[in-house]
Amino acid sequence: MEAVVQAVCEEMRIDPRVFVMGQDVQCFSYADALGEFGPERIRNTPISEAGFIGAGIGAALTGMRPVVEVAYSTFLYSAMDQIVSQAAKSRYMFGGQTGVPVVFRATVEYGTSAAAHHSDRPWGLFAQVPGLKIIVPTTPYEAKGLLKSGIRDGNPILYFDDTTLVEERGDVPIGDYTVPIGLADIKRSGCDLTIVAIGGAVRHSLAAAHRLEAEGIEVEVVDLRCVVPLDRRTIFASVEKTRRLLVVDPAPRTCSVAAEVVATVAEDGPMPLKAPVMRLAAPDIPVPFSPGLEGMMYPTVDSITAAARKQCTRQVYGREMLSSERATFGTMSEPR
Amino acid sequence: MAKWSDDEEGGGLPKENLHEMLRRMLRIRVFEDRAVDLHLASRMPGFVHIAIGQEAEIVGACMALRTDDYMTGNHRSHGHPIGKGAELAPLMAELLGKKAGVCRGKGGSMHLAAFSVGSLGESGVVGSMMPVATGAALSARLRGTSQVCLCFFGDGAANCGPFHESLNLAAIWKLPVIFLCENNGYAITTPQVQTTAVAHIADRAASYEIPGAIVDGQDVLAVYEVVSQAVRRARAGHGPTLVEAKTYRYREHWEMGATKPPLYRSDEEIASWRTKDPIEMFSRTLLNTRQLTEHEFAAIKLAVEIEVDAAVAFAEQSPFPELSTLFEDVFV
Repeated sequence: MEAVVQAVCEEMRIDPRVFVMGQDVQCFSYADALGEFGPERIRNTPISEAGFIGAGIGAALTGMRPVVEVAYSTFLYSAMDQIVSQAAKSRYMFGGQTGVPVVFRATVEYGTSAAAHHSDRPWGLFAQVPGLKIIVPTTPYEAKGLLKSGIRDGNPILYFDDTTLVEERGDVPIGDYTVPIGLADIKRSGCDLTIVAIGGAVRHSLAAAHRLEAEGIEVEVVDLRCVVPLDRRTIFASVEKTRRLLVVDPAPRTCSVAAEVVATVAEDGPMPLKAPVMRLAAPDIPVPFSPGLEGMMYPTVDSITAAARKQCTRQVYGREMLSSERATFGTMSEPR
Repeated sequence: MAKWSDDEEGGGLPKENLHEMLRRMLRIRVFEDRAVDLHLASRMPGFVHIAIGQEAEIVGACMALRTDDYMTGNHRSHGHPIGKGAELAPLMAELLGKKAGVCRGKGGSMHLAAFSVGSLGESGVVGSMMPVATGAALSARLRGTSQVCLCFFGDGAANCGPFHESLNLAAIWKLPVIFLCENNGYAITTPQVQTTAVAHIADRAASYEIPGAIVDGQDVLAVYEVVSQAVRRARAGHGPTLVEAKTYRYREHWEMGATKPPLYRSDEEIASWRTKDPIEMFSRTLLNTRQLTEHEFAAIKLAVEIEVDAAVAFAEQSPFPELSTLFEDVFV
């Protein structure tokens, strides 16, 4: 969060068009910045997502660069028409007469018993809307650099902060730097297996990779960082090297970003592979409240390690699994 | 209501402004007539929603603005940019999906925008541009300009969530928006009395402690005066106003070609509103008060016909966009 606020404040200092609005921003995230920028530029809003998200769009159409703080990602849905039909489509529909330089920042919280109305991971849902860029940073350094890029990008940006990463610590230089949008990052190099991961799954994948190193399995972890644009080149280059792919995404499985990564590798990626592609994702269910139930939902270090091990012991691509194999390993991501 | 004076030295607008009002209303009328013909002849694709009958509320409101003021609209969209002073040829070309269209063929009838005259876009989703209009006003406030935003919406939109959110937001922040309800009495086929909990949309202004005004939408000068007051209020930093223009559309919600229109309003009702044709009434008033001569009227009409004919010819002769433009302008 500190990285986020640092990014926004630095941009506000150099660009008078940038301002922040959202619920409770003056008391929470931006409380320390209020003295410097004042309540006009750090603006509390009523609970009117369609209203203030749409207002952010209108301000973006007329020369400003708003950062709209949406709080929980599920609250984006209250403004679906504004995001999908106004923000994403206006440049295209109006023949390029305008851009829509607005950042919508939302928190993605899950695994904390916040239940079904506060625990969505909707990057795949919004990836189905042409005209939006979608950023999911995983380190504080990237959180700041990608947000600065997002503010400067000139397009409507959905910026998702995965709160399972809130304890991540890292060096965040004061001062200006950016991280390019649309480039995935190799967080760990390896030659036996590519894990493509997003959000909190990156941290778990790195932990799994560390465990597997002791077993002689060298895992390459590709942090997507951006869902749109999707960095297919980095994914393909990694799979070219390892010829085994596991995709890990904490969002629901069907039509997920993981599904897109798998499809794109299957269509255009390096072939042959040493094993069929595999994904680990949440099941297609709303998030239950009871902690034990919710604990079954998301990829963990254990489940990623097991899946990675399985990927590295599978045989030739296209062979049917033996029933004894299926009985032992099952499929990782279906609810029992 | 506007106080019309036939005293040429007295109050009222200069003759040039009055003629321009008439001209813009005629532009909308003739443009829409042509659009109907083209659509009926299958020379115009897609959905078309015609504003004939609503010219006065459109032009009266738009002419209370400066060119650098903003405007948003809805699906019944052709009249708004014309009222704001946009050129006709690129609008007509857009209706035909041509490359030279104001949106390069990417938007069509329901999504016209002419940013050069402050027209920030029309929308096919009812109520969708109301928050956007509020944001344009917020932008003007933050940049410290005296620009305002005029937001056209219909009686149907007055029952959408974004109506409430936009008015509330504009009220608490005292934003320079003029919310203008083009109340033509029907949301497609459903009369306002069945959809709306209050008798008049303007009654809702009280919920936001902003001024609400009801105006005869067929009287261009009345609309001009009321909207001008709202614009002055907005520029002075006193915040938004809700204006309800009582008007009527003579044609169906959308052009239905040969399909028989649904039965939801009587011929008597339509005929009654025809006696309040806004162009008829305004031209007669100007003629009677000697602010317009028959000769000038004929000249204005002829010039508009020529202008619209030229726009149609331009549009029909213009090429379609190259297929390669399919992927242009998704992102900056």
